[in-house]
Amino acid sequence: MSKIVVKDLVKIFGDHPEKALKMLQEGYSKEEILKKTRQTVGIYNINFSVNEGEVFVLMGLSGSGKSTLLRCINRLIEPTSGTITIDGEDITRAGPEVIREIRRKKVSMVFQRFALFPHRTVLDNVAYGLEVHGVPTVQRREKAAQIIETVGLKGWEYSMPDQLSGGMQQRVGLARALCNNPDILLMDEAFSALDPLIRKSMQDELISLQNSLNKTIVFVTHDLDEALKIGDRIALMNNGTIVQIGTAEEILTRPANDYVEKFVEDVDRTKVLTAEGVMKPPDPVIFLKDGPHVALRQMKEHGISSIFVVTRDLRLVGIVLAEDALRAVKEQREDLKDIIIEGVPKVSIDTPVIDIIPVLAETRLPVAVTRDDNKLVGILVKGSVLAGMVRKGENIA
Amino acid sequence: MPKLPIGLWVEMAVGWAQVNLDTLFDFITLIISALVTGIEKIFLAFHPLIIIAVVFVLFWFIANRRIAVGTAIGLYLIYNMQLWKPSIETLALVLAAAALALLLGIPLGILTARSNLAHKIIMPLLDFMQTMPAFVYLIPAVLFFGLGQVPGLIATVVFAMPPTIRLTGLGIRQVPVQLVEASDAFGSTEWQKLIKVQIPLALPTIMAGVNQCIMLSLSMVVIAAMIGAGGLGNEVLTGISRLDIAKGFEGGLAIVLMAIILDRVTQSISEKHKVKI
Ligand SMILES: Nc1ncnc2c1ncn2[C@@H]1O[C@H](COP(=O)(O)OP(=O)(O)OP(=O)(O)O)[C@@H](O)[C@H]1O
Ligand SMILES: [Mg+2]
Repeated sequence: MSKIVVKDLVKIFGDHPEKALKMLQEGYSKEEILKKTRQTVGIYNINFSVNEGEVFVLMGLSGSGKSTLLRCINRLIEPTSGTITIDGEDITRAGPEVIREIRRKKVSMVFQRFALFPHRTVLDNVAYGLEVHGVPTVQRREKAAQIIETVGLKGWEYSMPDQLSGGMQQRVGLARALCNNPDILLMDEAFSALDPLIRKSMQDELISLQNSLNKTIVFVTHDLDEALKIGDRIALMNNGTIVQIGTAEEILTRPANDYVEKFVEDVDRTKVLTAEGVMKPPDPVIFLKDGPHVALRQMKEHGISSIFVVTRDLRLVGIVLAEDALRAVKEQREDLKDIIIEGVPKVSIDTPVIDIIPVLAETRLPVAVTRDDNKLVGILVKGSVLAGMVRKGENIA
Repeated sequence: MPKLPIGLWVEMAVGWAQVNLDTLFDFITLIISALVTGIEKIFLAFHPLIIIAVVFVLFWFIANRRIAVGTAIGLYLIYNMQLWKPSIETLALVLAAAALALLLGIPLGILTARSNLAHKIIMPLLDFMQTMPAFVYLIPAVLFFGLGQVPGLIATVVFAMPPTIRLTGLGIRQVPVQLVEASDAFGSTEWQKLIKVQIPLALPTIMAGVNQCIMLSLSMVVIAAMIGAGGLGNEVLTGISRLDIAKGFEGGLAIVLMAIILDRVTQSISEKHKVKI
């Protein structure tokens, strides 16, 4: 079902948008309109819809109108014409009270430079949304503390934002946005201000959070790698309008025009397309010393039907299937040795995706990613790899 | 070229107000004198040494040790020079004037930050108020309110208010847009945004305005002695008119001591509220 539907959206910056709007409909360009009317066309001719539970990425160069479009969705920017419907309700004509209600309950935002309130503790930053909603102190702090734990910042509740690193601050930003349990998250270059390593781990975390929370996310970025990694679908923007909407694969393989092609050329294909770029972290695993009970419990806990076995120093031994472990438990055997399947499919970490696909196609099992010394560094699952680079870590099925 | 009768017009306006707004002025007089004498009475109800002790303890906590000690010494010196009563009169006038100036100035400052129209109207008025020589305010004040503390206080309020308005407005405009945006994005009402985000973040600047307001009040209160506002200004004035160096200097010193005390204590309070943006 479509959660957000945007139709013919236009935003013109300036005091007198009427004339500019008319010229726009007559087909004049942004530049001509600016010259003749002194009004800036921010975005125009925007049409798209976002499905429930989807991660929709807005991508484009600086100044292409991504932030403007995103801010129209929660009306931080008033659209000049066109409509935006959320859950079937047209919010473009909604009054201030309705908008406040929507911002409090349905749509939250995460900002590029975090925008944490410097005079409030982490806890009170996260509780801000509930606070303006009138939720009593004790309850909102309780809720905030829970969310803080979810984003991995337990113990930092009473710190001030400036005592935290960038990555931690953005976790607070994310927690603040999640605290009033919105359906929709708007994220404006949420990870752009972080250094690459932290950025990657935040992306991974967002993906895994999304797997359990299942929000509808509109994510702005100017980084194609990031878009490919987290987006279910991507809208590529140029100079105020959308030039192509599609899945990562569609955009990579069938660019709609020269602009998209140019944009896509910059992707470091080898990086995106090797095992490293598409694998999941090797978690959970069990050790050779563990028995079938442990194996079974781990699989149950993570909802998976097979699990890799490694040595103490993480070298790959093999894989155990749930049905075998179950049988071993019933027969009261304590050793894993008999049930480990040893010749599991594996690829090395720098294998191109093109070479991974046939390996995956031939097996029912997840594929192990190892380094030269046979250490297990990742796991490949069919769904994620086949989608190219879209890493929507499905469970090992 | 004929001379424009600007002075005459103002005179006429003042004359009209004197006749027609009489009850209003009486009402204002009533309130203000109650306020000032109230503050005076509280301070004069106790022995100076008790007051000094209380202030010492209070400043120890709200400011710091150094300021508490300095204040106690300064106040004792004033007491010792037998200028306690006029000092309290002056203090009452300053506190009342500053309170009124803040009461009016802070909301006006917030208004200038939130409305460009208000900003455009109020800013030139402030320029006018600040460049006009302070003495000039005394004339209409006397005409409306007669001689004494009340006109002195009114002139002081007019004189001390501009920096409060300016700095409050500035402080609020300086709050980073992204924080204002964040506050909006979570569904704050305008009032919530003001109270929970803008004012707390503008507080150091607003406090600088409070400090300036108090200092200007003090300087004006001395001038206001010319229209019978009394207090330390009076000591200085009699010192001048009789060419009594000793009296004049002691009065002056007491004013300086009060200025330093008020300045340091307001500054240290605003230091404590500082947050890094
Ligand atoms: N308040 C404003 N007034 C006038 N023009 C504006 C305003 N905000 C944005 N614009 C213009 O609208 C266009 C789109 O800006 P926008 O901030 O949406 O781009 P962006 O894609 O988010 O860029 P970036 O990657 O730099 O954040 C730009 O040409 C910009 O100059
Ligand atoms: Mg932007």
